[in-house]
Amino acid sequence: MSVLVYTENWNGAFKKSAFELASYAKATAALLNSSAIAVTVGKLADGELEKLANYGIEKMITIDEAAFSGFSAQAYGATVAKVAIAQNAEVVIFGNNPTGEAIAPRVAVRLDAGLATGAMQLPTNAPFTVRKRAYSGKAFADFVIESAVKVITLTQNSFKLIEQPVAISEENFDAEIPANAGAVKVTDLVKASEKLSVNDAEILVSAGRGLKGPENWGMIEEMADILGGTTCCSRPVSDLDWRPHSEHVGQTGKVVAPNLYIAVGISGAIQHLAGVNSSKVIVVINTDADAPFFEAADYGIVGDAFDVVPKLNEALKAFKANS
Amino acid sequence: MKALICIGHVPDTTSKIRFTDDNTQFDKTDIQYIVGPYEELGLTRLLELKAEIGSLHITAVNVGLPEADATLRKALAIGADDAIRVDADPKDAMFTAKQIAAVYKSGTYDIIVTGKESIDYNGGQMAGMVGELLDLPSVSGVSKITSDGSKATLERETDGGTETIEATFPIVISAGKGFAIEPKIPNMRGIMQARRKKLTVIPAVEQAEKTKTSKHYLPEAKAACKLVAPDNINELVRLLHEEAKAI
Ligand SMILES: Cc1cc2nc3c(=O)[nH]c(=O)nc-3n(C[C@H](O)[C@H](O)[C@H](O)COP(=O)(O)OP(=O)(O)OC[C@H]3O[C@@H](n4cnc5c(N)ncnc54)[C@H](O)[C@@H]3O)c2cc1C
Repeated sequence: MSVLVYTENWNGAFKKSAFELASYAKATAALLNSSAIAVTVGKLADGELEKLANYGIEKMITIDEAAFSGFSAQAYGATVAKVAIAQNAEVVIFGNNPTGEAIAPRVAVRLDAGLATGAMQLPTNAPFTVRKRAYSGKAFADFVIESAVKVITLTQNSFKLIEQPVAISEENFDAEIPANAGAVKVTDLVKASEKLSVNDAEILVSAGRGLKGPENWGMIEEMADILGGTTCCSRPVSDLDWRPHSEHVGQTGKVVAPNLYIAVGISGAIQHLAGVNSSKVIVVINTDADAPFFEAADYGIVGDAFDVVPKLNEALKAFKANS
Repeated sequence: MKALICIGHVPDTTSKIRFTDDNTQFDKTDIQYIVGPYEELGLTRLLELKAEIGSLHITAVNVGLPEADATLRKALAIGADDAIRVDADPKDAMFTAKQIAAVYKSGTYDIIVTGKESIDYNGGQMAGMVGELLDLPSVSGVSKITSDGSKATLERETDGGTETIEATFPIVISAGKGFAIEPKIPNMRGIMQARRKKLTVIPAVEQAEKTKTSKHYLPEAKAACKLVAPDNINELVRLLHEEAKAI
């Protein structure tokens, strides 16, 4: 038996999210007394295999990307399901991201498996139970998966990295392309900016309608830069096109769980909080002492963003310079 | 052309969430139910496509108990042509997907649209599962769709960027943010017409459940927010570093 984890690579290199998934797969394997195997599509750069081995992955299955004509959920799903069967996998793990969202349900059907999406912590066994996000972050639910094979998608930033180096082997595997997979073809990809993405960031500096207009985001970007984080925003801000849609967080945007979430000029509507309340530490800056966001915050400043943020940036710069 | 739109019957986004029976059951007291926000975008855009293409028959489908009829009527009021409710408690994604697949097979649909995820269990499983059950391609989290009636061009946000996808029918897609800009609100005429539109109730097909929700938890209440005076910024930096260990 094995635990299989789908690890995405970006031009041959893994991001931190792959190491989190590897750590999670290894811990799940330990729980079930089995071993952790990873699968990836596309050739890995030198040294990447060892990086995954560092988190306890004992075998890497590599699938040639050329067999696919761009991303197809159908073809990727069929292929990963075939790998899972070949590796006798009892648990298959994906990231809870656009790729996992597309493939995991298809794999679950192929393996006649129950699927729990958005897991927040390690499963417990007998019965196999996954704690996941529910009601868009307003609650959590324990999902018992009763099928022989289980499929899980893991919420990013919810599991810690655990280094435990092992020896790793590599195996190639042929893609499985269903006959009608050609019915969808990726014809273009506008690459996301090189900027740290909202999902990958451990520190998020978020701003809302209180900032009055897009021309005022300089100080927000500056804070994100100082802290090594990235920027995001409330829904009206992206609806108004002040910021790109990829920055919208909340119930109908990205659901995030960074170590630090700094909210500037955001009221803290229930739909916004749903997407951010798993953040480990929340700081709120708002002129209105009664803004609901203060109830969800760890630290707060009642004050005008245009006064507080520049001062905070100076203080953070001084702190960074001394540490 | 014919479209099937899967409508979730979910608590309003402003709802305070509570549970009963030792946290095993969702407390429906005082909860207003709505068409899921992503399904609302899906339906809105299908109605626009109907105008653009000229002919598109839109069937709203829900797997649910009789209480979901009101939500289906809302979908009819927004503009769906008719509705089907599969009479069952949609406890598990695989069960629900199997019902949608059965409805698809009983008609001749070109496109199945689901919401990107339901806002109760946030599964995000439906499009992929239905696609796999029917051996159809699926595209999830679609942020844009245009169509001339014979094929469709889709956009999808991924971690790597925005993909443009050419697709032929039949296809299963899930509607994400951007699919339509503003959800269509039913007008008086729509509400009146909805009363006369057909809502068919059919029995469920068999499918064993694979998952079960055993217990719910509410997020732990935060300790009171520590307020720092605006002229004492260095104190915030100190707290974030020394106490919260966040920087
Ligand atoms: C179905 C549905 C889904 C939704 N999904 C989301 C979602 O995913 N994400 C989301 O964010 N919203 C969502 N919303 C919208 C949500 O209800 C709120 O309207 C929105 O979050 C408010 O954004 P805001 O806080 O930026 O703006 P506002 O509510 O306008 O708040 C602005 C805040 O800035 C403060 N402020 C003003 N000036 C200053 C200043 N100079 N300095 C400091 N503070 C200042 C004000 O006191 C106020 O608290 C959804 C709504 C619906 C109905």
